[in-house]
Amino acid sequence: MNFLNFLISGVSLGSVYAIIALGYTMVYGIAKMLNFAHGDVIMVGAYVCFFAISRFSLPPLLGVLLAVLLCTVLGIVIEKLAYKPLRAAPSLAVLITAIGVSYFLQNAAQLLWTSNPKVFPSFLHFGETGGVELFGGQLRISYITIVTIAVCVVIMLALTAFTGNTKMGKAMRACSEDKGAAQLMGINVNTTISVTFAIGSGLAAIAGVLLCSAYPTLVPTTGSMPGIKAFTAAVFGGIGSIPGAFLGGLLLGVIEILAKAYISTQLSDAIVFAVLIIVLLIKPSGLLGKPINEKV
Amino acid sequence: MKNLLHNKNLRSQLLTYGFVIVAFAVLQLIAAGGGMSSSLKGMLVPICAYVVMAVSLNLTVGVLGELSLGHAGFMSVGAFMGVTAAISLQSAVPAPGLRLFIALVVGAVFAAVVGFLVGIPVLRLKGDYLAIVTLAFGEIIKSIFNNLYIGLDARGFHVSLLQDRTNLEQGGRLILGGPMGISGIQKLSTFLAGVILILVCLFVIFNYVNSRTGRAVMALRDNRIAAESIGISATRHKMTAFVLSAAMAGAAGALFALNYSTVVPNKFDFNTSILVLVFVVLGGLGNMFGSILAATALTILPEVLREFQDYRMLIYAIVLILVMLGTNNAKLRSLFEKLRRRRREEQS
Amino acid sequence: MKKFHKTLALALSLALCALLLAACGETPAPQGGAQDSTPADGAVVIKIGGTGPLTGGAAIYGNAVKNAAEIAVEEINAMDGIHFELKFEDDQHDAEKAVNAYNTLKDWGMQISLGSVTSKPCEATSAETYADRIFALTPSASSTAVIELDATADPVTYKDNQFQMCFTDPNQGSASAQYIYDKGLASKVAVIWKNDDVYSMGIYNTFVARAAELGLEVVSDTTFADGNDTDFSVQIADAQSKGAELVFLPMYYQPASLIFNQAKAAGYAPAWFGVDGMDGILTLDGFDTALAEGVYLLTPFNADSTDARTVAFVDKYQERFGDIPNQFAADAYDCVYAYYQACTAAGITADMSAEAVCEAMIAQFTTMSYDGLTGDGMTWDATGAVTKSPKGMVIQNGAYVGLD
Repeated sequence: MNFLNFLISGVSLGSVYAIIALGYTMVYGIAKMLNFAHGDVIMVGAYVCFFAISRFSLPPLLGVLLAVLLCTVLGIVIEKLAYKPLRAAPSLAVLITAIGVSYFLQNAAQLLWTSNPKVFPSFLHFGETGGVELFGGQLRISYITIVTIAVCVVIMLALTAFTGNTKMGKAMRACSEDKGAAQLMGINVNTTISVTFAIGSGLAAIAGVLLCSAYPTLVPTTGSMPGIKAFTAAVFGGIGSIPGAFLGGLLLGVIEILAKAYISTQLSDAIVFAVLIIVLLIKPSGLLGKPINEKV
Repeated sequence: MKNLLHNKNLRSQLLTYGFVIVAFAVLQLIAAGGGMSSSLKGMLVPICAYVVMAVSLNLTVGVLGELSLGHAGFMSVGAFMGVTAAISLQSAVPAPGLRLFIALVVGAVFAAVVGFLVGIPVLRLKGDYLAIVTLAFGEIIKSIFNNLYIGLDARGFHVSLLQDRTNLEQGGRLILGGPMGISGIQKLSTFLAGVILILVCLFVIFNYVNSRTGRAVMALRDNRIAAESIGISATRHKMTAFVLSAAMAGAAGALFALNYSTVVPNKFDFNTSILVLVFVVLGGLGNMFGSILAATALTILPEVLREFQDYRMLIYAIVLILVMLGTNNAKLRSLFEKLRRRRREEQS
Repeated sequence: MKKFHKTLALALSLALCALLLAACGETPAPQGGAQDSTPADGAVVIKIGGTGPLTGGAAIYGNAVKNAAEIAVEEINAMDGIHFELKFEDDQHDAEKAVNAYNTLKDWGMQISLGSVTSKPCEATSAETYADRIFALTPSASSTAVIELDATADPVTYKDNQFQMCFTDPNQGSASAQYIYDKGLASKVAVIWKNDDVYSMGIYNTFVARAAELGLEVVSDTTFADGNDTDFSVQIADAQSKGAELVFLPMYYQPASLIFNQAKAAGYAPAWFGVDGMDGILTLDGFDTALAEGVYLLTPFNADSTDARTVAFVDKYQERFGDIPNQFAADAYDCVYAYYQACTAAGITADMSAEAVCEAMIAQFTTMSYDGLTGDGMTWDATGAVTKSPKGMVIQNGAYVGLD
């Protein structure tokens, strides 16, 4: 029974990684850039939702919507000011700019909202224990986990449908295959990438709300470590692959918790990363990633 | 001789050496004249360490062409092993200069060994997957040092993982205490030693780049398939560059750690790796002189920004973004191109 | 094209470099108290400096110290007698940056120092203050390495000019074990600690050692670190399954708040025991104080105290900064007032060198007794460690209640 409980904790941690990884993988898959500021957009989303709910007493759903809206706008602004001018520049230059944006968001958040931690309101917490109990209370799944996984699946399906069927989605896939050829086919590459960022940032806001619902503490650096872990998860699942991000996130969470439970709490991070290395050695493009074919 | 000076590569290399030596001489003169603030004086050694980090990472990223996000891991191996060596030789080797030298060598050797071990899996991968695996190794190294205990007593070294089980005899000393890191370090690093380390590293890199292996590595970077088709072994050549880069980072780590009374494993985290990568990208890939300048400028920048108090790190972030935008801006670039062309016309 | 890019980048960074070196290399002219804190009648103004994390993950502690020190300096400057000028620099909780910040303060002409806020940076700056003969009294850097000069010597030697306002970590660990034993709170104990944190580990080590001596059984011993400080389900399950009646939490209040939250969800309700880092949990923005009901903690400061000085300080702090001060703030406030008392008694004048001030301060601090927010009748011995008794508190109905 203990094992099942750990598994459930792993899934609930993993579902949070998964939802962050979805945003990462989306932006990476299309714009081909590692957006290291993604974790910090998550933090901004969580703060917006926090203030909407606890300070202005808005209904939770409205707070989430507001967070999504503001983060989408933020994503567009960041993209316009910091990434768009570098479209022709080497990808490393964009990576460094993203790091600059990440520093900027963290420090701006600290100036705006101080470094004192905030406790995120538990609006996904119902009933006495906040979860479903099975086997006479021996197993417990919290509602937050259920909601997170449900949201994850919905987003995953929506994104797959969006990139598979809509015109914009097809344009995105075309850009990710070959920017030059896409442009020749009359696709506006710039707009397509901007839309990708907007969607990615909107997803970040949802991820932020869910992250802070599951682990309700909020500081300006809240997003950075989960961001890196989620990035790892995205690579684990095969970066650029939407189902891969979901699978990678869940597995990463489960491995982390099981490593803590059965091997060592002190070395759990090392074990997670070691598993990642082994997986990449066996399958160099991640679990569900497409193998890269090189042409001469 | 005339021919030699016309060789563009050689000229730029000589310029780089010259710049380092002149900068050292000028700074020493200012310091001797008492005109240097304590603030700058305190930063000289860390600047040297970061410069070495930057040029060594530039070997991996610029010359080898592989993105590494875990370079701080090698720095940490060098720092802890180098300091451990320095502490254990405290009575055996009383001369601080010699002890520092041994510490740097020990740091470099250990980092090279770790670099070799890490390189075996890493260099089989490509692109962003390679990058994430270096990040993973950086985190693993940090995690291991956070749980590693090294003690020294009359019976020799005692090493244990996870818990302090060194059981030292009376008079023994716990050198590395897991998350506590190392305390009570004697400061051995000097500016002179830092500058010599920079010069040695530059010498090694320039010779490497000009060597047969170096040319092979650059051929691999530019077109792996073409290079392999003419019989260049990718793994072997890449490994030499990777191990060299790790060794230099190790020496930089030892130099850095021996400048402070304490050092902790968390210092060498992902953020430090990224910081060094910023130096490299800002200075230009493959451009050692650029790395030196960028590392110097970005180490001093946060200190100069202290006047802005609360807004300091915010401004640092903005400067970073603006510099990246500026150096990659098409308009600025074409303006520069024009100036250059005009100058060339005047000369001819 | 690529070459132009390179040249441009080079030129820009070269220019930046030269500019920075010039800006940084200048020896700043000693400022003759041109600040607004200078009283018109030309009273004595002493320059106090300090470093702490004002940005980054540990920024709460640095800002608390800075804010409280500012309040204390303002109050003192409104009185007659010795006046202070305060400069507080950011060290981002990093030894390297702390030494940089310290050097900046030295250039500014600092005469006495508040050391650094967190332990490792303070260890690094205390080596500098010791070498430069500047007196330092740290509000909150609690590891013994801060005041030790040579820990390998037999007996251990101490830096003569490095003092602490807070308890040392070992002191807290053994005091907690003793307290649990004396009050018979539990016989089976679990510990959850942060294994990449000096503060947490220092307390953990002595707690476990003392518990073993007293016969307290540590049944569960689990850790967390910076990267994975959100999910505690494994640690809680381990303590629960091994039947721990009390969980000892040597950590700051932020992870502790998550532990309380997740333990409640897991249906685990042991007795909780925290140390001074736990102080602040009740005022955590949005925290459900019911979760912390019955938590024991040893802390020198109680923001809910009805003592007149504490009330005045808390009110002023809240009015200025919008938050309730924690024990870091209280310790910093005490540091400045302790300096005020010592400087007044020693008759320090503004033109005294840092070294002269240092000798006078050593003489004062080893002989004086100081009453502050964090304790009455505090004294220091020559090692620099403070003697004050931690107060046992228990949280009842969302407020601290003192235990005897």
